[in-house]
Amino acid sequence: MELNPQTELTLGKNEKLPTGKLHVAQYLIAAILLVLSIGLWRLEVVSADNFRAMAEANRIRKVPVMAPRGRLFDREGRLLVDNYPSVSCYILREQVKSFGTDLPMIASGLHLTVEQIEAALKKYQTAPKYQPIPLKQDITPDEQAFIEAHRNELPELETLEEQRRVYPRDGFAAHLIGYVGEISEEDLNKEKYAFYLPGNVVGKSGVEATYDSLLRGVDGSRDVIVNSHGKEIGHLGETMAQPGKDLKLTIDLDVQMAAEKAMEGKNGAVIAMDPHTGEILAMVSRPTFDPNQFAIRLTKSYWNEILTNPNHPLLNKAIQAQLAPGSTFKIIMSYAGLQEGVAQLMHVPCNHGATFYGHYFSCDRNHGMVTIDTAIPYSCDTFYYTLADRLGIDTIARYATSVGLAQKTGIDLPDEATGNMPSTVWKMKTFHERWYPSEAMSVGIGQGAVTATPIQLARALSGIASGGVLRRPHVVFTDEVPADELEAIHETFPGSGEKTIPLSTQNWQILTDAMYSVTSSPIGTAYAARLEGIDFAGKTGTADIVSGRDKSSKNKDTIPNAWFVGMTPRRNPDIVVAVLWEHGYWGNNSARLASGIINAFVAKQRKRENNIKIAQAAPVPVTAENASKEASPKASAADVSN
Amino acid sequence: MFRLSSYRDFDWVLLGFVCVLSVISVLEIKSATLHTKFHGFDHKQMGFLAAGLLLMFLISMIDYHVLLDIVPWAYGISIFSLIAVKVAGQKVLGARRWINLGGGVHFQPSEWVKLVLIVAVARYFWNLAGRELTWRDIGKAAALVCVPMALVLTQPDLGTSLTYSPILMAGLFLGGIRLRQVIVIVFVLLLVGGVAWKSGKRLKPYQQARINAFINPDSDPRGSGYQIRQSLIAVGSGGIWGKGANKGTQTQGDFLPIPYTDFIFAAFCEEHGFVGAMGVLLIYFLILMRLIQNAQTAADLPGTYIIMGVVAVIVFQIAVNIGMVVGLMPVTGIPLPLMSYGGSSILFTFLALGIVMNVRMSRFVN
Repeated sequence: MELNPQTELTLGKNEKLPTGKLHVAQYLIAAILLVLSIGLWRLEVVSADNFRAMAEANRIRKVPVMAPRGRLFDREGRLLVDNYPSVSCYILREQVKSFGTDLPMIASGLHLTVEQIEAALKKYQTAPKYQPIPLKQDITPDEQAFIEAHRNELPELETLEEQRRVYPRDGFAAHLIGYVGEISEEDLNKEKYAFYLPGNVVGKSGVEATYDSLLRGVDGSRDVIVNSHGKEIGHLGETMAQPGKDLKLTIDLDVQMAAEKAMEGKNGAVIAMDPHTGEILAMVSRPTFDPNQFAIRLTKSYWNEILTNPNHPLLNKAIQAQLAPGSTFKIIMSYAGLQEGVAQLMHVPCNHGATFYGHYFSCDRNHGMVTIDTAIPYSCDTFYYTLADRLGIDTIARYATSVGLAQKTGIDLPDEATGNMPSTVWKMKTFHERWYPSEAMSVGIGQGAVTATPIQLARALSGIASGGVLRRPHVVFTDEVPADELEAIHETFPGSGEKTIPLSTQNWQILTDAMYSVTSSPIGTAYAARLEGIDFAGKTGTADIVSGRDKSSKNKDTIPNAWFVGMTPRRNPDIVVAVLWEHGYWGNNSARLASGIINAFVAKQRKRENNIKIAQAAPVPVTAENASKEASPKASAADVSN
Repeated sequence: MFRLSSYRDFDWVLLGFVCVLSVISVLEIKSATLHTKFHGFDHKQMGFLAAGLLLMFLISMIDYHVLLDIVPWAYGISIFSLIAVKVAGQKVLGARRWINLGGGVHFQPSEWVKLVLIVAVARYFWNLAGRELTWRDIGKAAALVCVPMALVLTQPDLGTSLTYSPILMAGLFLGGIRLRQVIVIVFVLLLVGGVAWKSGKRLKPYQQARINAFINPDSDPRGSGYQIRQSLIAVGSGGIWGKGANKGTQTQGDFLPIPYTDFIFAAFCEEHGFVGAMGVLLIYFLILMRLIQNAQTAADLPGTYIIMGVVAVIVFQIAVNIGMVVGLMPVTGIPLPLMSYGGSSILFTFLALGIVMNVRMSRFVN
């Protein structure tokens, strides 16, 4: 500063200020404006692009447009699973001014707890900041109004219209259809879900899970212009969402309804399939659950109820219950015995049982002299002890695995169980012990270490009744699914699949006729379940849960499981039904359930064919689906009217 | 009392620059309030400008020596009105700054106190002219300014109270403060400031937050840093040519805080770019140079002092406001003269210019 004390002192009251100081002021002003200009240059010229990008990021928000999930129909095009529009609330973490003050406000407005919101935030900690986090799904109009009214205070709240699943009520076909839910963290790490984002809705079980990639479609997005309150003030562009593919399921609503009705109040499973194709016509598992509860966020109480239920409502028993098949295994025993040329020659005296290797093996009754033709309707254990002894465990195991036991069937549903078939190798591998021949006795009547799922038994019977052609069971029509997708599904769900097993026409007739006797002959175990005018055949099974001694116990858990596998017509059947009634006590009880389902199926079939006349159910011509077989001139003369 | 002065000597050039800036201001206020509930503020601003022009012509007819004579009275009334506003003022945005005069007219006394201070300081140093400034003189001058400053500060209005300080500084500078004295004062102020900052009790939490945000704008993007950050984005994204009138995304999208008052320059920069901003700075430069020229040609010392007081206030406000907008200064809430929306600010500027006009018109009287 050019201060000059001399001039200061000489400055009189009426004199003027020397211009020097004013020049200083001028330079000072010029300097200040220059600094400001440099500041402007720095911002507007040097880093303009940077700031322009920030301005764009400020105002443009990518809003996802959710693709409606594909609907599900039954085989006749009747709607099973639909969508309905619902509004979800999301939170934009970038916009939160203060978590401390905002969270309690949000919590009270959305009827959540602060902990729940914090948990949601924690869950998505690693997700990019700009990504909205789902806070609450399917919010009420009240909660929507709250969000609208607090746009200024809570600009971080965002609503999004989504399509939500609506499933049949009362858990109808719940296990088959499955349910959707928010993708879990573990799933996100799996290769299958590589392209999924946190918060995505994904099929969790059943058809929803298997066919998720087809059903989900492709989400679109909209670039919207927003103001600082997050309010939309315009939009730039839109990528349309591609709706998910509608799928036609193989199930028949009428058969399914009959099956659901049959299992009402019981525990167990029913599976009905078309042996010609492997199409599943009905699939029921009890107890069931309400998938609608899973589609929105699950309430804790409902989840606890499901978890603590001792009967495992989430388990799809039709494909996941691995239990002793009991006497239904005798079909496979008979098939093995006949094909080995042993069973047709056997005449076994039954006197409440027989002794093998020093052990007494009991039968429920004194059946007298039993042959293969009566052994099946009698369900005579003595006969099958003897047959098992003659065949030996490894032959039994070979035939059992050839019809698909101890392996997955390859049905297009997740988490199918494999069951178990004992053999000498199996015992050595599992217990490091050799096989004792006496152990084959209990396997011969479907007890012991042999376990099977309802779907396995249904498929095995389908194969045998169709003359040796086994199909891969499936719940979605294969022509609905693109070829590459189908291949992927077959790879994901490997199993015994499509195959042909040897079965001579002669043996085929003997087996199927004997199974017809089960329901048609007064000596048959399922005579009470017979259906007038319908060529209904099958085999009961009463599978002990604990070893024979404790049978008398009144404990509900020790009551035997009641099995029935049956079909109509007896050869080349159009439908095979497997019924598992846990603690159903007596196979005949399940046979009655099966006959109700068969009856519904046949009634419908006849109605459709406009052929309601009470048919003299003609004996089925003996032409196996297995083309290699020649037709036998001797047709079975089964008398339907007993 | 009223002297016949020639309007041939009225500074029409200065008025021309002022009018250009006023038009820019009205257009930018219109753009900044286009989609907001403040729509129509541009018309109000035009009203303020018209009133300002009228007052400017009226006050330019009053001999500034009369103002110098009555300034002790005016000063007393100022102090009284500042106390009145503390007691009876309207609370707006958490501060008592306004007196309701009835009929929907609100008056912010702190603005016109600025004017009184300019004249008072001019008179004070005019009386001291001819001798060296003693510490006592400096202390009196400081008290003269600091009493109203303290009153305004406690309203609380840090921004306006800060605008009083350049009046004192200009007075001391022109009144002949010595370099030695300046050094001592700066040293003491730094010491006091440092202690106050350490104890952290002198500043309100929001003021501390503003300073923190200024030092590190990204520390709290939704809080105090928000204003600075959005302002920087607005200015920066304007680029060389700007986004065009009414097309600033930051301004129109309501991202920029109060884009019609304190942040009007940011809005202008966004929509008219570096080129537009330099144009406005150039007009300010021309106005200020013209004012200094008038100070130079003033008939006597108090005339010069008055004009330089006006210059000091305007320069200070420009530096602080634009400095804030470009991120060189913390957020203080000081309006940009002639650009920001607001009656009190406009009236102050035009009244000040009116006095300047009178000084200029009186230059050949002696």
